[in-house]
Amino acid sequence: MENLLWLIPALPFLGAILLVLFGGRLPRPLLAVVGVGSVGVSALVTILLGLEFLADLPLYYQQEVWQWFSVAGFTPSIAFHVDALSMVFIFVITFVGFLIHLYATAYMADEADFARFFACMNLFVGSMLVLVLADNLLLLYLGWEGVGLCSYLLIGFWYKEPANGYAARKAFIITRVGDTAMAIGLFLLFQLFGTLNIQSILSDAPQVWPVGSEGALLVALLLLGGAVGKSGQLPLQTWLPDAMAGPTPVSALIHAATMVTAGVYLIARMNVVFELAPLAQLLVAVVGAATLLIAGFSALTQYDLKRVLAYSTISQIGYMFLALGVGAWSAGIFHFMIHAFFKALLFLCAGVIILALHHKQDMRHMGGLRKSMPVVFWTFLIGAGSLAALPLITAGFYSKDQILWYALAGENGNVWLYAAGLAGAFITSIYTFRMVFLTFYGPARTHVSHPPGKLITIPLILLAILSLVSGFIELPHNFGHLVLFSDLLQPVLPAIEASASLAANEWLFQVLAAVVSLGGVYVAYLFYIKSPYLLHRLMHNGLAVRLQQFWFAGWGFDALYDNLFVRPYVFLSNLNKRDIIDSFYTGLARMAEGFHVMLSQSQSGVLRSYVMGIVVGAIMILTISLFL
Amino acid sequence: MSTASMEAALLLAGILFMLGLISVLIRRNIIFMLISVEIMLNAAGLAFIVAGTRWVQPDGQIMFIFILTMAAAEVSVGLALILQIYHQLKTLNSDAANIMKG
Repeated sequence: MENLLWLIPALPFLGAILLVLFGGRLPRPLLAVVGVGSVGVSALVTILLGLEFLADLPLYYQQEVWQWFSVAGFTPSIAFHVDALSMVFIFVITFVGFLIHLYATAYMADEADFARFFACMNLFVGSMLVLVLADNLLLLYLGWEGVGLCSYLLIGFWYKEPANGYAARKAFIITRVGDTAMAIGLFLLFQLFGTLNIQSILSDAPQVWPVGSEGALLVALLLLGGAVGKSGQLPLQTWLPDAMAGPTPVSALIHAATMVTAGVYLIARMNVVFELAPLAQLLVAVVGAATLLIAGFSALTQYDLKRVLAYSTISQIGYMFLALGVGAWSAGIFHFMIHAFFKALLFLCAGVIILALHHKQDMRHMGGLRKSMPVVFWTFLIGAGSLAALPLITAGFYSKDQILWYALAGENGNVWLYAAGLAGAFITSIYTFRMVFLTFYGPARTHVSHPPGKLITIPLILLAILSLVSGFIELPHNFGHLVLFSDLLQPVLPAIEASASLAANEWLFQVLAAVVSLGGVYVAYLFYIKSPYLLHRLMHNGLAVRLQQFWFAGWGFDALYDNLFVRPYVFLSNLNKRDIIDSFYTGLARMAEGFHVMLSQSQSGVLRSYVMGIVVGAIMILTISLFL
Repeated sequence: MSTASMEAALLLAGILFMLGLISVLIRRNIIFMLISVEIMLNAAGLAFIVAGTRWVQPDGQIMFIFILTMAAAEVSVGLALILQIYHQLKTLNSDAANIMKG
């Protein structure tokens, strides 16, 4: 089984190549089989490998496929390394990816560019798998950039709409900012360690750097820059809401389940470096806390169903960063897994709704879908409950509760981070159920055209089940005390101890989290179902309206970057449109041309004027030689 | 043998040369221009002869023979060109032969 490791990323790549080469010639059903099958077989291999992994519990599986290149002692290889952390990631990527692919066959059935879509999707899954399986940072970077490329291709999938192309470029360029920081970080790492092999860096780092050394801080900050760009965290989060321009399965795949969590993976993977730089780790937590609040407030005000989900993704990844930042490594990864399930579910449900309502995404035009689409309603409700962390029954509760608990009680936790997380949970709960109430309750505002088919409902139901039960593998200490997940990650990620003084009262904070979550649901119920006049009253309050507009525009980050970077750049490039430096050489060429025109006048073809020229010249020479 | 003074001979050569030059400048007929060039050549040849006589050296006469030879060659080439021009343009006006101007 171990020897089949290379198959996991290779299969999606093979699928992509087949689809690119023969996409135009194959019939549609075969295209779907290739596109879905490649990821499906990859998921199967992953599950088999995972079962073996769980049975043996080795530290890692390692497979070197070939040596990539060898330059001046730098010999990165195409080698894959699976430990528990990568195992969780490849399971989520292939399995959730497979469900999304399956769903996409139905969702994109009427699409002309069927083959291109699945080629990009497969390429994306393959790149993401390379990213999480890579045993050295260079290969990881290859996957990292591949993911960036595919996000560009897929966000701009409907490229005939200029706005989609703009969104795709925005995503590409903004993530590139982070990638540049990360690349510099990799150069530094190579300079210091002489290798980019992840395991040897992790084992050597404590000898090279003492805790809190500047080198570790610099590298950690640069890596954080890359992670922030890819994961849509403050201050590089602006690309993610616009990335909803792509087809909905793309949003589910890239912007919920996999790509945006690449940053989380990077930080978790390089956990030793971050532990050596407590300042950088604190910054991770602060970035996470700030992002989850900012994105939460923005999600409150959006009307576009997918934009709400996009902001909630940013916010939930903020939670993961918060967890990583306070050192609750396994809690962050646990939340990543749960989030992948319920966010993919929510996006896929949103896709069904959008398709049924003739590509309307505005929630103000939805409503009353509870009766017409019961399957979608129930699965969406489960996903929403998990996102809002409804206590006890949903998986989201267990993962988020753990993060909140360690944000307070962990060694690096403090009250402020906890307060931000708790406030974020409250807001999450409000905007989630605002979405549910606006979409599924109230009067129907748009006619439902076609109900979802089997290919669409099966992934929904599977994901809904996972969103409910996957939380039970990791129960809090004070009841159940099941720690399967953190035990699994134990060899890879450092454990965290809760402070003893608070541990006795853990139940109090759990009740608080539960109350906050339910309170958010109640607030949403109050404003959108029970007494809508409260909302009207709020909308007549000048301050509230201004705040709403500010949040709606994503806290003005777009406008800020527009004024700070885009406009000056456009101004400069307009200025330089005529090549200021080049104008010197153009001037030289112009001058030569001018002389040419002047002198060619003398070539009149009149013989006598030539003679005159000779005579005048002779006279001049004579004069000069006689008198000078 | 009466000898003309050198100054008078050189003056004659100068006058001949100027006549030739002026007629090259003002004539349009290309045959006349050729003839004028011949006159200028002969003026130069006369000046050589005079100079050779003045210093009693054979060089002047040798130079004159050179000039004669060159003039013969020039005339043969020139006449061939003139024939061609006349064939192409049906005229002997030199101003008409400006079709290759820049």
